[in-house]
Amino acid sequence: MFGDYSLSDLGAIFAMQGFAGLILFSVYVLMALGLAIIFGQMGVINMAHGEFMILGAYVTWMTSSAFQQYLPSLFPGYFFIAMSLAFIASGALGMLVEWALIRHLYKRPLDTLLATWGLSLILQQAYRSVFGAREVGVELPEWMMGSKQVTDTIEVPINGIFVMGLTVLITLAVAYILVFSRWGKQVRAVVQNRVMAGAVGINTEKVDRYTFGLGCGIAGVAGSAFTMIGSTGPTAGQLYIVDTFLVVVFGGAASLVGTIASAFTISQAQSTMEFFLSGSMAKVLTLLAIVAILMMRPQGLFALKVRK
Amino acid sequence: MIINSRFFNRSELIGFLALALLLFVILPLSLDIFRLNLVAKYLTYAFVGIGLVLCWGYGGILSLGQGVFFGLGGYCMAMYLKLEASSVENTKIQSTPGIPDFMDWNQLTQLPFFWKPFHSFPITLIAIILVPGIFAFIIGAAMFKRRVGGVYFAIITQAIAAIMTILIVGQQGYTGGINGITDLRTLHGWDIRTDHAKFILYFVEVVLLFACIVAAQFIRLTKLGRILVAMREQEDRVRFSGYSVANFKIFAFCAAAIFAAIGGAMFTLEVGFMSPSFVGIVPSIEMVIYTAVGGRMSIFGAVWGSLLVNFAKTSLSESFPQLWLFGLGALFIAVVLAFPNGLSGIWQDHVQPRIDRLLAARKSKPGNGFSVADGAPAE
Repeated sequence: MFGDYSLSDLGAIFAMQGFAGLILFSVYVLMALGLAIIFGQMGVINMAHGEFMILGAYVTWMTSSAFQQYLPSLFPGYFFIAMSLAFIASGALGMLVEWALIRHLYKRPLDTLLATWGLSLILQQAYRSVFGAREVGVELPEWMMGSKQVTDTIEVPINGIFVMGLTVLITLAVAYILVFSRWGKQVRAVVQNRVMAGAVGINTEKVDRYTFGLGCGIAGVAGSAFTMIGSTGPTAGQLYIVDTFLVVVFGGAASLVGTIASAFTISQAQSTMEFFLSGSMAKVLTLLAIVAILMMRPQGLFALKVRK
Repeated sequence: MIINSRFFNRSELIGFLALALLLFVILPLSLDIFRLNLVAKYLTYAFVGIGLVLCWGYGGILSLGQGVFFGLGGYCMAMYLKLEASSVENTKIQSTPGIPDFMDWNQLTQLPFFWKPFHSFPITLIAIILVPGIFAFIIGAAMFKRRVGGVYFAIITQAIAAIMTILIVGQQGYTGGINGITDLRTLHGWDIRTDHAKFILYFVEVVLLFACIVAAQFIRLTKLGRILVAMREQEDRVRFSGYSVANFKIFAFCAAAIFAAIGGAMFTLEVGFMSPSFVGIVPSIEMVIYTAVGGRMSIFGAVWGSLLVNFAKTSLSESFPQLWLFGLGALFIAVVLAFPNGLSGIWQDHVQPRIDRLLAARKSKPGNGFSVADGAPAE
């Protein structure tokens, strides 16, 4: 399959596909970060995670339309406001859902899967009723369009670079919050030993609610970033949910480093293969490889060593 | 090995007879052939539901990939029917006569090797059982031997459902792609599209369904069923008692897969086509919902659940397409939050005790002194 290309061509192909893979990687990381917090830390299987992401995308779309109409002079900077709004909207919905639904199901993880699936159906239909079944696209500000010529054969799109930069920032922020902040320490304490955490005076219910909200909020930001590279429809979230779960499981559920490493491996493998095989076969092979590896190493790539 | 001296206890027997009366007598007499065919279509999901009761309700293994096995069974049947429908005379306008039309459209000139066995009817029937059975065995052996369970198993089976759909859609020339295998005509020379054939197929299906119910009941009542329950409750204790937990789980999973495959094969016959839209993640989860609504612990509940949810789906989506997804979503949440044991749980907790009390009151009136108020519950 390499025969028809010269060496420099191959280099360029790998570089460009590698970059396309990096954009995919960014979306995976943003999606998976939220899920890793919710699934990895809390053990809740949130099948509606994709819908939280789509909520962020729709919020971004609405903000961009509003800016276009009322504040065209500020349009170049709308994205930052849209992103914050997306975080707030998805996070708030997440906290509401946790209060109404999830907190009753902490002892039955498989049932959270079914209940959140129901939730995702409701949200999908709500999006369809409110925004219509057609996909909507966001108009990018001028400075995000176009691409940067790196060498003669390699060029990279600017919106891609932006999304990647954003991903790095958000990942660092989440890592900082979870590792160093007071609240992050509480979250980890509750995860490790709920009863003991409660005994030392942590309000575990509140921590749960905010953790779930944070995970959903990050999904909203992911959706916001998603509008930079693709259009949004009511069912777009469902396309990503399985991939995202595999990313989290493959990385080792409770490890953020693992999540990032596995998102990187999966997205690179997929986008490199996509060039040589058809898109569907690339996806099939990637997923099969993950499933095979998971069968051999069920705990994922980076598992925390815990005795049970 | 049967522990209970009776195969069905009293209330199970009533449930069995009531279902038999409904499916064999009431529905065929009261519905026109179009509606009866719809009921037949719903009942194909009941096969999956019965499998899920064994594997999920009793074994505690939630599989989100039952659509894969449903699809495998359905595709095996569809391949046979398609080959029969694309005989050389029927397909002489194609550039390669004698192969299915979609292969011709995709420039295939030869029948792929894995299609060849499906020229024979007996081999097809064996394949419907064996292909999903072996596939489930491989998945189950790989996972359960390594003690992958619970949530991880659910996610991995879901990924397998995704892989299967992408594969079928992507390999258009071999599988018919997104449209699936359509335009099926005859089964072993017998036209399946006529009303009369649909009527007969309905009865064939109901007989098969009852065979599966009896088989599932048999599994449930033997020591095997007890071990499944024990495993669900305390896996480690069962392991320490010297049982091979993995093997029992593999068995339950394979049994569920085979039930699903029978349902899939019947689906192909009833509906007349098979497509990847019955294989993927969404249909697989919907099948779990039917079971959850009917009651994950009740074999009859699974049948009722498939019937009622699908009936609601058809009638709601016919009249209020917007509302249907809201309704389904809300049903999900309600069942999980409020009625984890589904309809059969409601029946058992609220209806059965009243009936028992009523019967007891009537019996004690003549004054023969003993009460059956605390008779055995339905499941």
